[in-house]
Amino acid sequence: MKRYVIIGNGTAAVGCVEGIRSLDKDGAITVVSKEPHPVYSRPLISYYLEGKTDLERMKYRGDSFYDDNGCQVLYGVSADTIDPQSQTVSLDNGESLPYDALCVAAGSNPFVPPFEGLETVEKKFSFMTLDDALALEKELTANARVLIVGAGLIGLKCAEGIHDRVGHITVCDLADRVLSSILDADCAAVVQQHLEENGIEFLLADTAVRFEKNTAFMKSGRTVEFDLLVLAVGVRANTALVKDAGGTVNRGVVVNEAMATDLPAVWAAGDCAEGFDASLGANRVLAILPNAYLQGHTAGVNMAGGSAAFDNAIPMNSIGFFGFHMMTAGSYDGEMTEERSDGVLKRFFIKDGKLNGYILLGATDRAGIYTALIRDKTPLDTIDFEMTKKAASNMIFSREIRRKRFGGVV
Amino acid sequence: MKRVYVNEEWCLGCHLCEYNCAFANSGRKDMAFALKDKPIFPRIHVEDGERIHFAVSCRHCTDPICVKSCIAGAISKKDGVVKIDRTKCVGCLTCVLVCPYGALAPGENGTMQKCELCLENTCGAPACVTGCPNRAIVYEERGE
Repeated sequence: MKRYVIIGNGTAAVGCVEGIRSLDKDGAITVVSKEPHPVYSRPLISYYLEGKTDLERMKYRGDSFYDDNGCQVLYGVSADTIDPQSQTVSLDNGESLPYDALCVAAGSNPFVPPFEGLETVEKKFSFMTLDDALALEKELTANARVLIVGAGLIGLKCAEGIHDRVGHITVCDLADRVLSSILDADCAAVVQQHLEENGIEFLLADTAVRFEKNTAFMKSGRTVEFDLLVLAVGVRANTALVKDAGGTVNRGVVVNEAMATDLPAVWAAGDCAEGFDASLGANRVLAILPNAYLQGHTAGVNMAGGSAAFDNAIPMNSIGFFGFHMMTAGSYDGEMTEERSDGVLKRFFIKDGKLNGYILLGATDRAGIYTALIRDKTPLDTIDFEMTKKAASNMIFSREIRRKRFGGVV
Repeated sequence: MKRVYVNEEWCLGCHLCEYNCAFANSGRKDMAFALKDKPIFPRIHVEDGERIHFAVSCRHCTDPICVKSCIAGAISKKDGVVKIDRTKCVGCLTCVLVCPYGALAPGENGTMQKCELCLENTCGAPACVTGCPNRAIVYEERGE
């Protein structure tokens, strides 16, 4: 009986379990879970604070998931080292786990720059895990002034989540725009204005350089008084386990299309992994939930002796703030063409005759058709792209292709 | 398994399927009472061109990317049918982001709803197909 070990208990781990079980119903699966919780939907922690979900509904899988899949879960346990020679994982509880196939799905950790005086701040939080959200929730009060360092996805979703439960929110970022990893300057300005209309204050191209209890001293010379500090500067992939074992790591654990690392019998998936981004044409950490599942599932199938490749990964995000929705996908190199109408800005990036990326603000209907054009590398001269720029549609395909899509099993 | 398939050469673009879908999932007994003068939120949508019309609903894919992408774990596949637990959905629209067929749209309250082949309501078979005057959509087994 094959022995599988998965380090991590998030989305990638679930994908891995389901991938393994798609081929191997009998092997023993051990899941090493640093967090003391069954798997939950991490991106939902802001929705939890907003009151749009609760701890029960946040469960990513049903209560019987581990039993149904024959998994043993070690809660509150971390992996210390991997020994690729003896194929064992040493745990921080002193035990060691032998494996025939190992998946490192160790996720990422918040990156906290060495701010001067940070230790003098009494109430400071990260915003990654359920426990982070629960700790922050305890301190939310109607008059609280909150300073969020980082205007990325994590920082801004946090702002939305706590908006109705605190007095004032200031968000600062060293970048000169919000969501700098997924929006260009024009689109970021639209989103920033919408957030400002909802009462969020921004200090951009500016960041805290020093803290003294409840005061942040900014690079610009300004000071910000706050009661609660949320640090959402960024995340770093947990690569140490693989690196220390002699595997290749860059910004993440380097994996191929099968999610294999260069260590024998070791795969990696999720936020700790650096796989190929088909829109970039290079490796990149794609720290998004769909990617975590898809990578984990691919790893699981291969760990169980199958052959799966995940070769069309791209960054993609669907995110809304205060009722304003946006979607982004792919990479933004290429020729830009845009569509504007009332409350809508859509930008498409075309490279080598193919759609390579898009930003959609305010109009997201059927956007998966655009996403598929990127992932499938569809030559735009085979479809009516001018039509679909205005509104994503299946009308752009030939009748024959539509017959396959809607008249056959897909 | 049986799925809804499109015969676009027969579709008039009458949108009856949309009304029948919205009615079937309304829980109401009277169609006019359920739908008259209200915005409707069907799970099937007719795309209209100048001379081409066709109805798009969930393909119940062999390997559905929406299931793998849902950030809430709200979409699952059971006995071939892709289903959504709307109580878990937070309306993030990631399924819309990834569905290559453009087959998904949110419901009235902002959470996602999707075609579950009328197996979850009292119809027993897709109401869109039952009500189609032209067999422009059919419910049958193909190619499996």
